[in-house]
Amino acid sequence: MYNGEKRRSSYLMLFIKNRIGTVLIFSVMPLILVSGIILYQFKASHYEKIHAHLGTLVKKHKQNIDSFLNEKLGDIHFIAEIYSFHELGNETFLKEKLETLQQAYGPVFVDLGVVNSHGVQVAYAGPFKLGKAVYSDADWFKEAMKREYVISDVFLGLRGLPHFIVAVRKSVNGDQWVLRATIDFAAFNDLVENIRIGETGFAFILNKEGDFQTKPLMDVIPEKGPYMDLLESDTKEEVQIVEKEDELSGNNIYVSAFLKNGDWLLVYQQKASDAFSAFTKALRVSVIIIILGSIGTIALAFVRFKNMAHHMEKAEHERRLMNEQIIETGKLAVVGELAAGVAHEINNPVAIMVEEAGWIEDLLEEEEFKESENIAEFRRALKQINTQGKRCKEITQKLLSFARKTDSKIQEVQINELIEEIITLSAQRAKFSNVTIGCQLQDGLPVIQGAHTELQQVLLNLINNALDAMEKGGGTIDIKTRLNKDHIVVEIADNGPGIASANLKRIFEPFFTTKPVGKGTGLGLSICYGIMKRLGGDIEVQSVIDKGTIFRINIPLKKYIGEKQDLIM
Amino acid sequence: MDKPFVMLVDDETPFVETLLKRLEKRELNVLPTFSGQEAIEKLGKNRNIDVVVLDVKMPGLDGIETLKEMKKVNPLTEVIMLTGHATVETAIEGMKLGAFDYLMKPCDIEKLMQKVEEATGEKRAHEEKIREARVKEAMSKHGVA
Repeated sequence: MYNGEKRRSSYLMLFIKNRIGTVLIFSVMPLILVSGIILYQFKASHYEKIHAHLGTLVKKHKQNIDSFLNEKLGDIHFIAEIYSFHELGNETFLKEKLETLQQAYGPVFVDLGVVNSHGVQVAYAGPFKLGKAVYSDADWFKEAMKREYVISDVFLGLRGLPHFIVAVRKSVNGDQWVLRATIDFAAFNDLVENIRIGETGFAFILNKEGDFQTKPLMDVIPEKGPYMDLLESDTKEEVQIVEKEDELSGNNIYVSAFLKNGDWLLVYQQKASDAFSAFTKALRVSVIIIILGSIGTIALAFVRFKNMAHHMEKAEHERRLMNEQIIETGKLAVVGELAAGVAHEINNPVAIMVEEAGWIEDLLEEEEFKESENIAEFRRALKQINTQGKRCKEITQKLLSFARKTDSKIQEVQINELIEEIITLSAQRAKFSNVTIGCQLQDGLPVIQGAHTELQQVLLNLINNALDAMEKGGGTIDIKTRLNKDHIVVEIADNGPGIASANLKRIFEPFFTTKPVGKGTGLGLSICYGIMKRLGGDIEVQSVIDKGTIFRINIPLKKYIGEKQDLIM
Repeated sequence: MDKPFVMLVDDETPFVETLLKRLEKRELNVLPTFSGQEAIEKLGKNRNIDVVVLDVKMPGLDGIETLKEMKKVNPLTEVIMLTGHATVETAIEGMKLGAFDYLMKPCDIEKLMQKVEEATGEKRAHEEKIREARVKEAMSKHGVA
């Protein structure tokens, strides 16, 4: 039994697994596919959009910075153009000009200086005491000697603070002089630092050597990352966009543009995850939806299939039960046929044996045997043969009545009347066994079609069995009738010792008896069974040890019409 | 009353033989036969048979068919059906066809004797009535009455 359960449950699990696999393939896979395709498309267009956006941003800032620098250069150029070396060599005049510039542009211009061709500052206006400083070795000065305009890289210089120089060279009568201005680093730095997008987007400027020209917001090591590649690339594009894996911060997106005629590189960098956070969000939401959807689908499928499997199992169980019943009925039919054959064949030899015994008895009456000393014993033996012969006859008769066709006339029977009649018949026996018979009969039951004698036989048999069971201890028998849809139910309940469950299964089998040898033939209930089946009805039994037994017979109101009617013989 | 003249019909030879001995011991005239066909022939030859003890279940002509034929040959002869069959229906059918009574096999010899005597009485009473009727007829014909 346990093995069977186990096998069934594993079969159930297999069933569920198979079906859930199918459900997954046909419901979740399309979901994943569609979401995947949509997400892929979305990602592509989103990346494009983000790239374009960042590109535009960097381009705009590049223009901003370029124009800032050009403007400053323009201002210095303007001053150098309209004032002479002598005018500007006057420190008071120079100071005036610085103030004018600072009034116009704020503290962007830190100081102004005029340097002669030998690199010696001849005039200075500004907060530092840099008069007569020598710039002959400074890069920007060397540069200024070669070119007319110079915007230097950011450097610490003599004053020890980051700054850069905007210088313009003029020549007066073959003599060279340079007007230089220091641009406030902070003001310039702000220009770049203000480029902030998302949480990780920031910008900075590198010079050709990869030195910082502005202070990057986050740690950046110019030797690492794609900066050098970007610096060295000679693309025609105004803006370059690359994405690169970085061991520290994961995937980064880099947008770069050259400034100051290719001297400087504006680099904007942002973590890809941050830049594409909208996509990441969409991805996360859709993954969650897919997961929840899948879980929901699976859970629902699991529940549905479990129910289905349960139903199937139930149906299977019912089918098996029905099969068992059919087999049982068939078995009884075969046994019945066999019994009928045996009964016929046995009856004749038994009749002959009894006749022969009778003949011996007749002969014993003659004079010569009368004196025999064993005459009494002979008589007893012959009587026994006769008795046993009669017992055989009884058995064969019962067998035949179990197996025979409906020979009794079908007539209308009022079951309640029949029961009352039978109770009267059994009353005497019940009194001796100290059993009381009670009945609760439903009034107005319809008449049923059946053989009076057969129904009588069934009821009498059941009552007699109950009486037999309670012969020793006494008890009660309750007979109930009621109408249940299209059949009448008759219940015969006793409170006797009950029937062991092992016996309960075999109770309707012919020759199965628990009574002592010679007391019962084991045919009573199988006859009842045969009769009820022929009627198209049913007989069932429930029993609890020490509590009692209930026999329930169902008699259909309409006479059963079917092939089974003549099942036996 | 003369001893009843009984014919036994059964395909079971040992049964017939033993019953023959027992009935003869009870001072009956007994004629054993072993099939329906034989019984009908013998009944034709022995018009004075009073009672036939007839087994219902026999190969060839069965009890009911034999009974019908016998009633044609000699309607006055009484027939006691002997049945091993638990079905009372056959016996009842037999009685409708004119059988005197039926007995279940194996039967009590005393019961059989009783039935045979009753049947013989019946038959002879019947014969008596017929004889009387004939006498009356003869007398009226000859103008005695």
